[in-house]
Formats: sequence, structure tokens, C-alpha cells
Amino acid sequence: MSEPLGPQRRETQPEEIAGAPPTTAASRFAAWQKAGGIIVPILTAVLAFLIGGLIVLATGHNPFQAYWDIINGAGLNWLAHPTNTDVANTAAYNFSQTLLQTTPLILTGLAVAFAFRCGMFNIGGNGQYLVGLYCANWVGVSFVNLTRPAHVLLGIAAAAAAGAIWAGIAGFLKATTGAHEVITTIMLNWVAYWIGNYIFQQGGPLQGPANKPLSIPISGDIAHSARIPVFWGDADLQGLHIGFFFAIGCLVLFWLILNRTTLGYEVKAVGYNPEAAAYGGIKVRVNYVRAMAISGAFAGLAGGLDMLGYLYHFGTTDVQAAQIGFLGIAVALLGRNTALGVGLAAFLFGGLLYGTTHGLQSGTIDPSLAGHLTEMIQGLVVLFVGADVLILAVWNSRRRIKRRRPAPAQQAAEAAS
Amino acid sequence: MEPSTVLELRGITKRFPGVVANDHVDFDLRSGEVHALLGENGAGKSTLMNILYGLYKPDEGEVVLKGKPVVFGSAKDAIDRGIGMVHQHFMLIPVMTVAENIVLEVEPRKAGVLLDYDQAVERVREISTRYGLAVNPTAKVENISVGQQQRVEILKALYRGAEILILDEPTAVLTPQEAGELFAIIKSLQEGGTSIIFISHKLNEVLEIADRITVLRRGKMIDTVPREGATEEGLAKMMVGREVLLRVEKPPPQTGGVLLEVRDLNVDDDRGLPAVRDVSLSVRAGEIVGIAGVEGNGQSELIEAITGLRSASSGEVAVAGQVVPHPTARRMLDVGVGHIPEDRQRRGLVLEFSIAENIALHDYNKPPASRFGWLFPRRLIQRARSLIREFDVRGGGPQTAGGALSGGNQQKVVAAREVSRDPKVLVAAQPTRGLDVGAIEYLHRRLVEERDEGRAILLISLELDEILSLSDRILVMYEGRIVGEHSGDVTEEEIGLEMLGGRRKEPSPA
Repeated sequence: MSEPLGPQRRETQPEEIAGAPPTTAASRFAAWQKAGGIIVPILTAVLAFLIGGLIVLATGHNPFQAYWDIINGAGLNWLAHPTNTDVANTAAYNFSQTLLQTTPLILTGLAVAFAFRCGMFNIGGNGQYLVGLYCANWVGVSFVNLTRPAHVLLGIAAAAAAGAIWAGIAGFLKATTGAHEVITTIMLNWVAYWIGNYIFQQGGPLQGPANKPLSIPISGDIAHSARIPVFWGDADLQGLHIGFFFAIGCLVLFWLILNRTTLGYEVKAVGYNPEAAAYGGIKVRVNYVRAMAISGAFAGLAGGLDMLGYLYHFGTTDVQAAQIGFLGIAVALLGRNTALGVGLAAFLFGGLLYGTTHGLQSGTIDPSLAGHLTEMIQGLVVLFVGADVLILAVWNSRRRIKRRRPAPAQQAAEAAS
Repeated sequence: MEPSTVLELRGITKRFPGVVANDHVDFDLRSGEVHALLGENGAGKSTLMNILYGLYKPDEGEVVLKGKPVVFGSAKDAIDRGIGMVHQHFMLIPVMTVAENIVLEVEPRKAGVLLDYDQAVERVREISTRYGLAVNPTAKVENISVGQQQRVEILKALYRGAEILILDEPTAVLTPQEAGELFAIIKSLQEGGTSIIFISHKLNEVLEIADRITVLRRGKMIDTVPREGATEEGLAKMMVGREVLLRVEKPPPQTGGVLLEVRDLNVDDDRGLPAVRDVSLSVRAGEIVGIAGVEGNGQSELIEAITGLRSASSGEVAVAGQVVPHPTARRMLDVGVGHIPEDRQRRGLVLEFSIAENIALHDYNKPPASRFGWLFPRRLIQRARSLIREFDVRGGGPQTAGGALSGGNQQKVVAAREVSRDPKVLVAAQPTRGLDVGAIEYLHRRLVEERDEGRAILLISLELDEILSLSDRILVMYEGRIVGEHSGDVTEEEIGLEMLGGRRKEPSPA
């Protein structure tokens, strides 16, 4: 009658596992992450590339050639140390451009990821990026008497602050009125968009002074003292600026905040379970505002680094074309809202972005398709991440098939797990 | 003469990833008997019944119905063969009438597509008199009591021709009076020839109603015993696998000064309607005060107001003689109120956090857990390690996610966190809900120990048994008011009546 309590005794029973469906987006994400590990994002990316390849195939071109061209266009061949000097120089330049694109993507990716860890979906990365960029431009054009470090740092700080305020508005509205951040951040994107169209238009307040004719809707160039030093390439040819290391530093900062500070503890508690957080004595509303502000600071910083690092000026057509903030969503989702993941995903998208626009020859791909391949892959990634349940189901069914013929060792491992 | 066997489950085995939910379970049901299926949470009772009801397919074993092996592909197959199930959570449509709910899917029709409502009402009336289950066929389900809703569920099964009725934890949602009525219904169904499987983890009611009792433990069938000769102690031992102390051993309380005082508290619920009305109460050091009541009579709002999670519309809360101005969760924690919340998964724990992080939930922002906003994960782990040992948390270490623990161990983590902060007042809301006998025993003993440490304990529970066995003083809550106060030795019937508003001090305004 008495049964030995062997090592196979399990405390968790299936009823209990099924008992509590995770409620918030962040807790669903945690469950998803636990279930799929590193496999799912890789699967997601592979699947997106596969379908992208099929589309290239459907237009009558060779998808392998197309992807090979993208890889070379992104300068990844530079890593293989090409012996031909011409090839090497081109590759080096391409690679520096890929990293230049990666820099703001890291930051807009972190912006989405940070809000997500607090249970919010910040769709307003693009608006925050733009206001950061405007402020950096304004600081860069004004305050010409500052020393270079002071001028650069002031511009960066202004950009981050602008992004923080912009996103903070959405956080504040959520905390006080319950307005959903997805709606408010989208609206703030449009506000930022039209502000840009206004300030850079003919006769607009930031439209270029003496060095630009009044008929062009474009800002003035920032002063040389406001330019972030370039460490790879030529500053006049969009060289890679040291803001890149700034972005890498932000990855580390993101990890430290989340894992080593009480602030990160609160953010995660609120993100996983706001009720338990409130019960623990954490002020949930304060956290909504603060996390949004930090999120926005990352995106604003992206705009600041772009402006002070290589753009130097901005026009209304640039405002209309800006996509970096939106790409941040795909970066964060593919990177699963972790520091390392965001870094890798930003590099992937940075490479795609530059590789598709500069690597593809009209012979290998339909010219009208070339620039859109990145957008397609971006859309597919978002789609597949949204379909996480589906991908997990596919993945788990593969495991189920494996379990039907389990090896003895595997059985033992399962029993012990 | 031995009554005939109507149903047999032979060698049923069901595996889930990493766990065997049913391990070669045998079970048989005789015609016209009440056969109780007894076991702790997670023992495999629900899995077994879901197999019988066609919701799961067994990995091994067979179901034999009236001598013939059957395979059910879905619940519909089971219903067609005369098996009915009343789930713990009712599957009724609140906005529809009783008759509409009962005939759902097998409606009498007119003109081929329209519901013949008059005939539906007539049939429900007929079946309800035949089985002696009084319901009003034209009442809307949302307007009738939980006990009545359960009758509707039973009628729904009978209407579909159920000869075998599975009742899954049927008394969990009922008051003692309603449970008594349910038992009368079960008896009369039994006399009418219906065979009943009664799933429960409560020993006393199993002994009251069942003819035979089958005990499951961790997926294995331990034994099937007749009621005659079975005792609570014997059954508990079979359920848990060791001797269990069923009665809480409790020395008389050594009370001190008043540590928690609530004065004229009024609290609104989420809809802005008054939920707590003019409640005053006090709890002394070294005393357990229990609040009895049917769910939804203002207990949750009262606890939330006392712990600062909900602001009161008027009244005050004093801890150790000091009135707490504008209570917030943080402030109440700081003045020494510990809180075991009623829903440990929704509020008591962040399931994604590790045990160590969960234990730090109130103190993560103070030394030694952190300094100047910088967190020291290793210190959290150290603290968790010693508490895990002290509170006998099983199933994981400091870095195991809270969600990976069983309910009993999750509750131990919550209790460890609250008690280790050395609170003056401990508010324990449904501390043993959904836990198995072993964990209940542990938590009850612990609560008494904390009382004897000189804490003031306010216990809120929907389980009258729990209130009666732990409390030194009992308050009864009905429609937001305290309608009765008793010493610990009051009878269940007396309180049960007050819980339903039977003996109010004053009529409540509508």
C-alpha cells in the first residue's frame, strides 16, 4: 500500500500546467521563450527567407543568386578577407554601411523590447526616432560655439530626452486614462511625421539657413563641432561613426537594467503580472510611464546618432521615407526582446536593408522587387512571430513524432526532467 | 443479489509529457450505485473521467460499457451512450432560460428550424417532476442561484438520456445547505436507477454519500473500498500515502493587544457599487479571526482595503494602534501587514519569476536585496535557499520558475515570503484553496504556529470546515456586512444560515 517516493516523483501535474494560461503579452512571451528556446527565432527567420526566396523564384530569377548578391551587397564577404584589392575596398565600404544601418536598428529594437518587457507594445518607435532626430538637428545647427564633445553630447542628450518625452506621453496617457499605448503611439507617430513636414518645409522654422536655398524643404547642415567622429571610412562618404559603439553599449545597459537593478525588477514584474506587482508594493502606473520614457529614449537616441553621425541634415522627403522605427518592431520580435537577440536581429536587418538596396543587380532580380525584399522579409518575420503558436505547434509535433520511438536514454531524461 | 456492473474501466493508462496521469487504473460502476473517486489534486481523477467522457483517448486499456468494449471519439459519443457529466465549472449560457439551456442541441423544433419553446418548457417541466429536481424552466440562468444552476446541469444530462452521471467536485461551489440538497437529489436519482460517479477530495462528504470509494494517488489506483468500515483517517492515509493529522491541534489562544482594527469601513467594488458596508472588526495578537461567507459577499474587497490594494470610500484601518493614512500596498507592507492573497497564481506570485525573485517581491528595493537601485541576485538566491529549506518547498530550487511548482508548493513560497517578513498582522485569504491534504495540513499547522508567535491572523475562507477548525473567533459576512459573531465552537448549521442572510441583524438596503 505504501509507495516509495522515488526520484520520479513529480510535483507538477498536468492539470496544474494547463490551469493557468498566461495573461499578459509579456508572460505569454516568457512561456513561448521557454517552450521554443533559440530554435523558434531561427526557424522564423529561415521560414521568412524561404518564402522570400520563393517570391524571387516566382518572378523568374534565381533566389540563391539573389541572396548571394545580398550577402555581398551587405559587405559580408569582407569578413572572408578578399584578396582582390578592389573587391576588398568595396566589401569594406559595404560592411561599414551595414553596421551604420545596424546602429539605429539596435536602438529602435531595444526601444520596442524594453516597453515589451513592461507589458507594453511601443509601436511609436518611428515617431520617437523622428523627434530625436529633429532635436539633434536643431542642437547641431544652433550652439555653434560649443566644443566638439560638448556639442555632440548635448545633441545626443537632447535626442534621447525628446524620444523619452514623446513615448512618455503615451505612457502617461495609459497610466492616467487607460488609453492603450498601441493607439496613442501610432497617433504620436503621425504627429511627429507632420511636425517634420512643417519644420523642414519652405519657410519652416528649421529649414536650412544660408547654406541651402529657401526653395528646398530641407534643414540646415549641423555644425562640424556637432558631428560624431568617424572611425571607419570617410566622414564625407558616410563613414561609420563611433555611435556604433554607443549602440553596443546600450545593449549592455539594457541587459544590466533588466537583470541587475530594482528598476528592471519592477519593469519585469509589471510586464509579467501587473496584479502581482501591485500586490508586491510596486507602483504599476509609475512603471508604465517610466518604462515608456526609457523605451522612447532608446528610439530618440537612434535618431540623434543618425543625425549627428552621418545624415547631418534632413528634409521633408526624408521624414516621409523614414522606416527605421518600424523595423525596430521586427528586430525586437525576432530578437525575442533580449539584448543579445536584438543585437543579432539588428545586424541581420541592417545587412538586408543595405544589401538589398545596393547589392542586387537588375539581372538577378526584378528591379521593382529589389528594395522591397527587405520589407517582405520584415513583414513575414512579424507575421510568423505573431503566429508563434503555430510555429510552436509545428515544432512540438516534430518532437511528438520523435517521442513515438523514444530511446531508453531519452525516456530516462524525460522522467527526470 | 450482486447488482450488475454497468461500466468498467480496465487498465487505463494515460501519459502526458513527463508524467503518467493514469497508470493502469481499474474502475467499475454498478447499476444504481454512487461510486466516489477520491484523490488529491493531480491524482488523475479528472484525467480518468475525461477519458470516460470521450475527451481524451487512453494510451492503454479499455472502456467496457454494459459488457461491450467501446471507444469514444468525443463527448458526443459518450452522451449518446448514456453518460452525462456535470463539470465543476458549469457550461451554461447565462442569458438564456433554464429550458433553453437544457434542450440546447436537442431542441424540439417547429417548422424544421424554429425552436418550439412551449414544448421545451413542457418537457423540462415533465423531466424535472419525474426526477424531483425543482427548477423554474422560464427563469434566466444568470438570475438563479449556483445550487439551482447545478440542478440545471444535472437535468441537462438526464434530458439527454444519461444513465451514468459523473459529478466533478460538485460541492466545491455550494454552501452547506445547498450541498445537503444536492445529496438528497443524488439519493433520489440513485433510487431511480441512475449510476453516479462522484469525484471529490473531501473525505467527509465521500463517506456520507458513496456506496463504494476508489482512491487514486499519483495516477495509480490504490484501492476500492465499501463505505462500511471506511474512516476519514484510513482514506486520508490512502490518498496521501502516510498518516495525516486531520484535526488541527490548537492550544487555547494567548491573546495580547489589538493589532488590527478596522472601523466603519465602506468599500466599493470594480463597478462602483458598495461591496463592504460599515464593517468594523478587530484582531488581537495571538488570535485567529475567521471570516465566513459565500463567495462574493464583500470578502475580497475587505481584504483588498485592509492590504491597501483598493481604496476605501470611508472608514479607517489601524495597525498596532496607529491609523494608517491613505493606505497603499507599500505602506501596509511597511507597517507590518502580511498578505497571503486568495489567488496565488494571479496575485501571489509572478509565475515567470524564479522562487528567489518571488520571495523578494516585497523587499527587492531594500538592503540586503539591493542598494541604491542595484540588485544582488546572489543574495536573493541565498535567502530563498534557506526559506525553501525552512518551509519544505519541493519541486525546485531558488532559480526554478514559480509557475513550475505545484499549487501546494507555490503556496508555501507565498507563505514563506509573508511570514519571513515578521508581520504583525497576517491576512490569509483562502490559504488552502485547491491544495491537497498534505499541503493543507502543513499550512494549517503553520498558521497556528504563527498565531502562537503573537501575530494577529485574519483568515478568510469559503470552506466552512477551515474556518471552524482554525478560528478562535468567527465573523459571518453577508452582502458586505458582518451579520454574526461567534466563538470558535459554533456549529456549521448556525453559521450556514447566516451565510445565506437567514438571520440578519438588520435588513440591508436593496
